[in-house]
Formats: sequence, structure tokens, C-alpha cells
Amino acid sequence: MVLALGLLMSPPVSADDAFSAAVKSLNTRSFAEKSSAATLIAGMTHPRAGVVLEAMLTGNLYTKRRSDIVVIASALDQGGYRLVDAISGEALGDVGRRGAKKISVNNGLRKQLRGLIAGRQLNHADFQDRIEAVEAIVVSGDIQLRPLLVSRRQLEQEVAVLEALDNALVIFDLDVGNGAVRLAAIKASANNLHPTVRTKLTNIASDQSLDPEIRGAANQALLELEALANQYQIVETFFFGLSLGSILVLAAIGLSITFGVMGVINMAHGELIMIGAYITYVVQILFPDIIEYSLLIAVPAAFCVSGIVGIMIERSVIQFLYGRPLETLLATFGVSLILQQAVRSLFSPLNRAVLTPEWMSGSLEIAQGLSITYNRLYIFFFALLVFAALLLILQRTRLGLEVRAVTQNRSMAKAMGIRSARVDIMTFGLGAGIAGVAGVALSQLTNVGPNLGQGYIVDSFMVVVFGGVGNLWGTLVAGLSLGVVNKFIEPVAGAVVAKILVLIFIILFIQKRPRGLFPQKGRAVED
Amino acid sequence: MLVSRLLDHERGGWAFLAVLLAAIVVVPFANLMVPESSVFHLSTYTVTLLGKYLCYALLAIALDLVWGYCGILSLGHGAFFALGGYAMGMYLMRQVGSRGVYGHPELPDFMVFLDWESLPWYWLGFDQFWFAMLMVMFVPGLLAFVFGWLAFRSRVSGVYLSIMTQALTYALMLAFFRNEMGFGGNNGLTDFKDILGASLQADTTRVLLFVSSAVALATGYLLCRYIVTSKLGRVVTAVRDAEARTRFIGYQVELYQVWIFTVSAVIAGIAGALYVPQVGIINPSEFQPLNSIELVVWVALGGRGTLYGAALGAGLVNYFKTVLTGALPEVWLFVLGALFVVVTVLLPKGVVGMWNQLTNRESNGQ
Repeated sequence: MVLALGLLMSPPVSADDAFSAAVKSLNTRSFAEKSSAATLIAGMTHPRAGVVLEAMLTGNLYTKRRSDIVVIASALDQGGYRLVDAISGEALGDVGRRGAKKISVNNGLRKQLRGLIAGRQLNHADFQDRIEAVEAIVVSGDIQLRPLLVSRRQLEQEVAVLEALDNALVIFDLDVGNGAVRLAAIKASANNLHPTVRTKLTNIASDQSLDPEIRGAANQALLELEALANQYQIVETFFFGLSLGSILVLAAIGLSITFGVMGVINMAHGELIMIGAYITYVVQILFPDIIEYSLLIAVPAAFCVSGIVGIMIERSVIQFLYGRPLETLLATFGVSLILQQAVRSLFSPLNRAVLTPEWMSGSLEIAQGLSITYNRLYIFFFALLVFAALLLILQRTRLGLEVRAVTQNRSMAKAMGIRSARVDIMTFGLGAGIAGVAGVALSQLTNVGPNLGQGYIVDSFMVVVFGGVGNLWGTLVAGLSLGVVNKFIEPVAGAVVAKILVLIFIILFIQKRPRGLFPQKGRAVED
Repeated sequence: MLVSRLLDHERGGWAFLAVLLAAIVVVPFANLMVPESSVFHLSTYTVTLLGKYLCYALLAIALDLVWGYCGILSLGHGAFFALGGYAMGMYLMRQVGSRGVYGHPELPDFMVFLDWESLPWYWLGFDQFWFAMLMVMFVPGLLAFVFGWLAFRSRVSGVYLSIMTQALTYALMLAFFRNEMGFGGNNGLTDFKDILGASLQADTTRVLLFVSSAVALATGYLLCRYIVTSKLGRVVTAVRDAEARTRFIGYQVELYQVWIFTVSAVIAGIAGALYVPQVGIINPSEFQPLNSIELVVWVALGGRGTLYGAALGAGLVNYFKTVLTGALPEVWLFVLGALFVVVTVLLPKGVVGMWNQLTNRESNGQ
């Protein structure tokens, strides 16, 4: 111990010597000494300093047996360790299980290390890293790191980091004495949803030894925090609802156009969605190196495959049942059973794992305590994109014109020279293709298995009925609003009851408006 | 005589009743009297299996009444079947008494397990057989009445109605899966001991249940015949063929539809009630949309609008199901799916329709 202290105190000859001395002094039993040595290392600019601290934090810092060389060890599969010199970074070969002795760390030290590493990170070039560092310091709660923040605050140029720094300083100020600083900090943190703020405010509010003014301010701030959290909760629920709604729209929109044009419910629609999801899986299996782009490949692939399967269904079954919608419903149900079982035999009855590309994982933080996952966000915009594309096809192309004509009056359209059989095929292919695309999106949110599509047919039909048959805007509004309503009922009544309530609501809704929200204009008594 | 009036020009119907009557005589004899070593002995397992088919047949007839004669394709008839089954199951649960695993004198095992203090109000009265039987008919009937009233009054028809009924059974399935509902949640009601004091495991009880099912099927068939041959039945058929025209003539179409839908649901409920003591369990999977839609294919295969054809279809499909799921389980769904397609595309009138066409062509040829 005396030796270690001596090493610490002796004037360093050069930066390198100081560094190696400090690292060597980590080899001690006393946690207090380890702690001060770590602080010393953290203050150095030596390139290995960060590595050593990280290794210490993760428990990979050892001393080599029968020597006082401090090493970084990584465990080998067959037992034993591969050693690297902590100071120089040169490889020292492999040793057995007992060839190295761990430099133990306790929780207090770990906390300190996290803060120290973060403090070093404060000076990183990348501003994202700096923000993370600030966050780590806040979580560590180490008041001794506060000066680091203050000094960084003076140098910092980046606005986002400045904001994070200010927030962090306020959080530290919450702990300071009884004075005006504390009061100001409390007032400033009334809109800060950082979890530490709430704990600290709660502590202050319940601490009887404190000034009543401060406690009152803390209570007030807590109330404001509560209100803010509630607001965010509502925004978040709304977003979840939109996300669910966008999935419903994706699933229902294909059904909507086939039902609108042909008056046919395709019960295999859910299975076409499932096929789309499986296409994503297959694409990822075929091109394992480009997972990042797999979705971009899967979308057109799924559109084509599902579209072709849809056209095959139309040619082989539906065209023979023209004018018999109930029989079509049964026959397509049969097709859905066959498709399900085919997938079960081809792949497996178990769920398949579909990977999420890097750019879709993670979440977008809008404000402290309010974040939105990227996959849901992208899928929402994707649904809008698909909707816009479909709208464009229906409003601006020859096919769209013919589709609308057949939807409004089939025999009149035929009389005008539109080949309605061709329109049927194209519409069915288009609807099925969009189902496939919906499947790609769904593969990013739920498990991909043979039963994936089953649950969507009733839901999609509800959306179509609610919005009005053959009306794209109706489907969009209906899908999004059903999604939002569902998510708002869910926390109150539970997921199952929410579903039942929505079903009942739609059953009652049809009583009032049998043709949906946006009925097609026409004078037909019967279809 | 009433029966002969009902079955005027219905050779198939006569044959159907004859087969049922023969089964009522032969099956008990072959099970109880013929020694087990004999080739003619019917095992109790087979008797129960046949009894199960009879319940399915009754359910199929109930669906045929609404689909074949009124043109209402219900994809939720399994719900009425299951509700009847649950009513019966509740009676059977109450009969278990203190013989359950936890030995509670009144509460069924699952309630004890969930720490319930007392029976919920809707379980009261189910210890009485007559009350349970009343509920077997009342509950499905009421649901069908309310649903039908709402749906038909606002002229929901065709595929809209079909999907609504499917949503109905789907919603009920979700609801019955919940433990809070008080119907045993996921596991449903099971471990029954006896019915009307007779052990459910005894051969005689099994045979009696079989006979009851056969009698119920025959009665149900004759009742449906009575309905469809009555003046009301003619109106119902008219609704199927030309709803708007019937309305314009001055009939209140929705009343006929609600009425026939409710009667059909009651028959389905009775079928469920006979089914449960024979299979020994009722759980929410009976509400699965797939079950209801499978039922539609029985009727379609047999031939809709013939009643006995529906019963025949139920027997055929379920026999194949039993054989195939035993031998090649993964093939069954392919077969069922293909059956849907083939029947709707190639056999729109079902087996009975095809048979009639063939025999007619022969007689025309002569």
C-alpha cells in the first residue's frame, strides 16, 4: 500500500510513465486506492486509458500470475484466457484458467467508472457520443463529475449537447443545499421527464427536514411533471393507434378494391399477407449479406408473388363463381386453408425469425420521455405511400378508369367496350399484390407464422365495411380511426374487451349506415 | 298422418328416417347385448363417435334451415352450438358437487382455483336439469333473436351478414377465453361425472345419449320439414329467391328472417347440449370461426336445401376427418380446403343434388 501511494505521489517523468504507474497501482486490494487510481487514469490523454477503464468496468482487468503486470484478459472457449498487456496493448499469449487473477470491482467503483468513462467521452468528436456521455453522468449521479460538465458547458458549440448539459446541471443542482440554486433547479425541472428528476423531486418533497418553500416547489413540479407525462401518454397512445391503423389500412386496402370491383370477399386475403411476410423471410435467407436492403427487395418481390398467387386464385376458382358471392367466400376460404397448410408443410408450423434492418430498429426521441419506434413510424409512412400509389393508379391511369367504371356499373361498362374480365384479373392481382406488400410490413412487427393472416380477414373486412365499399378514402379513415379507438380503449378495458367493443360498435354502426361512412352514390335496390 | 304429409315426395327423407330408426334399434343392441368377442359388437367408443356425428348432423340441419331455405349464410352457427354446449356443461359441472379435485361442495374446480368466494349469479339454477335445458334453448335463441333483429331490420344481408356472424363467433371466442367470464377460461368445462344421476362413463349412459341424439335428430328433421312445408316456409323460400320482390308484395321480410334464424339457433343449441356429455368437454375453441365455416362445407357437400343432405354431409365429412386426422394429419387441411373449392365450383347442389340429377336423367332416358 505504501508502495502504491508512493507511486502515485512520485512526480511523473513523462505522460507514458505516469500512465503505466497509475495502471500498475490498480493492482491493490483497497477499493479506495483503485478508485483514486481510476480517477487519475481518467484524467489522462493516453490512448490506452479508455480501454483500461472499459476493461475494468466489464471485469476484464486481471493481473498476470506471479507478476504484477496488469493485463486485459478475454475468456477463451476452451477455458483459460488470452492476455493483452494493459499498458502497451501487446499480446502476451494464452494462459490457463488460473494463469490470471482478477482485479475485482464493487458496485460503487462500477458506478464511478461509468461516470469517469462518460467524462472522457464528453470530449469526443461525435456529438451523439457527447450526449450519451452526459446521460451516463446523470445516471451515475456522481456529484464529483459536475465540474466536468461545467467545463464542457463552456466549450460546447453543438445546441443539442448544450441542452443536454443544461438539463444535467439542473439535475445535479437538485441536490444542492437549501438555497436559491436548488429552488431554481426545481422550477427548471418541471418539464424534465428524466426518471432521475422524478425520484429526486419525490425525495425532496417527502424530506421533512427541508425548507417548506422548497418542498412546496417540488410538489408543484411533480404535479406539472405528472400532467406532462399524461400528455405524452396520450400522444403516444395516439401514435400507437395510428400505427395499428396503418397496418389495418395496408391489410384492408387490397380487400377494399377487390370487394368494390367484384363484390367478392376474398377469404384468402389474409394468406396473401402471410405469403408477403414469408417472402421477406426467404429474401433474407437468400441474401444474408444485405439484410439492410432486404426490405427494399422484399417489397417488389412480395408484390409480384402475392399478385401472381392472387391471379391464379381468380383464374382457377373465382371466375367460375361469378355472381355467387357467398360461394366465392366459401371457395376462397378453402384456398386459404390450402395455402396455410402448404406454408406449414413447406417451412414449418413454427414461427420464422425475420430480421429487422439497422435503420428500422431503435426509436426516435421527440422529447424526454416521448419516443417513437422507427419501425412503426416507417410502416405508418409506408402505408400512406401505398395508399397514395393506389390512389394514383385508380385516378390517373387507364386501368384505374376502367376499374372505377366496372365498380360503378358493370354492365354499362361492358357496353362501353371495357373488357370486364381483364379488369377483374388486374384488380385481383393488384389487390393481392398489395396484400403481399402489407405482409412485408407486418413481418417487421409480428411473428411470421402460418397463422399470421388468419386474424386479419375479419379486421380488414370491418375496415372495408366501416369505410364504405370501394372507397379508398373511406378505408383510410376507417382503418386509422379504428386503430386509434382500439388503442385508446385498450388501457382502460384490456386488449380482448377492446376488440369485442370495436366489433360490437361496428355491428351497431352498420345498423345506422349499412353502406359505411362514405357510401357510394347510386340508386341500386339490390346489388 | 303428419309424418307422411311432411315427407310427401321425399324419398331421401324416408330413407334418412329409416336409417335413424334402424340405428336406434341396432346400435344399443350391438353394444349392450352382443358379446365383445363377436364381430358384430360395437365398442362404446364407436357408439360415442356415432353419437357425436348425430349431433353434428343436427347442427348441419339447423344451418341448412337458414342457408338452404332462407339464403342466410351464417358463418357463426358454431357459436349457438357452443352456447348450448356451455349451458349443458354448466349443469354437468354443478352435478360434480364435492367430487372435484378441491372438493368444494358448490364451486367448480376452476373457480376454487381462481379464489372465487361464491357462484356468480348466472350460474344459479344450473343444478336443476329442467332449468339447464331451458337455458340450452333460451340462450342461443335470445342471442340469435337480438343479433337477427339488429341485422335483418337494417337489411344487412349477403356477405355482410356472413362476416358479421363470423365476427360474432370470433368475439364470443375471445370473451370465453377470459377467466373473468366465469366459464373456465382456456380450459373450459370438463371432468364431468354424471348426468341425471347416471355415470357418464357407463355404457348404458353412452347408449342412452346416442339414442337421445338420434331421436333429437329425427325430431329436428321433422320439425324443419314442418317449417319449410308450411305457408311460412314458402314465404321464407321466396325471401331467399327474391328478397326485394317479397318485400314489395307486402311481407315483412325481416320478421321471417329473424324467426327462422332464431329457430335454427335453438336447434343448434340443442345439438351442442347433446354433444357435450358425449365428448366430455366444452371449451372456447368450439367458438372458432373455422368450426362454423367447416360446418358450412358439410351442408354444401351434402346438398343445401334438402335437410337430410346436410345431415349426410355432416356424417361424410366428419367420418373422413376422423380417418384422415388419425392417419395423415397434415393432409386433412388440404383435403378440407380442396373440398370447399370442389363443392362450390363443381357440385353447387351437393351430393344429393348430383344424385337427383343422375337419377332424373336416367328416368328421363327411359
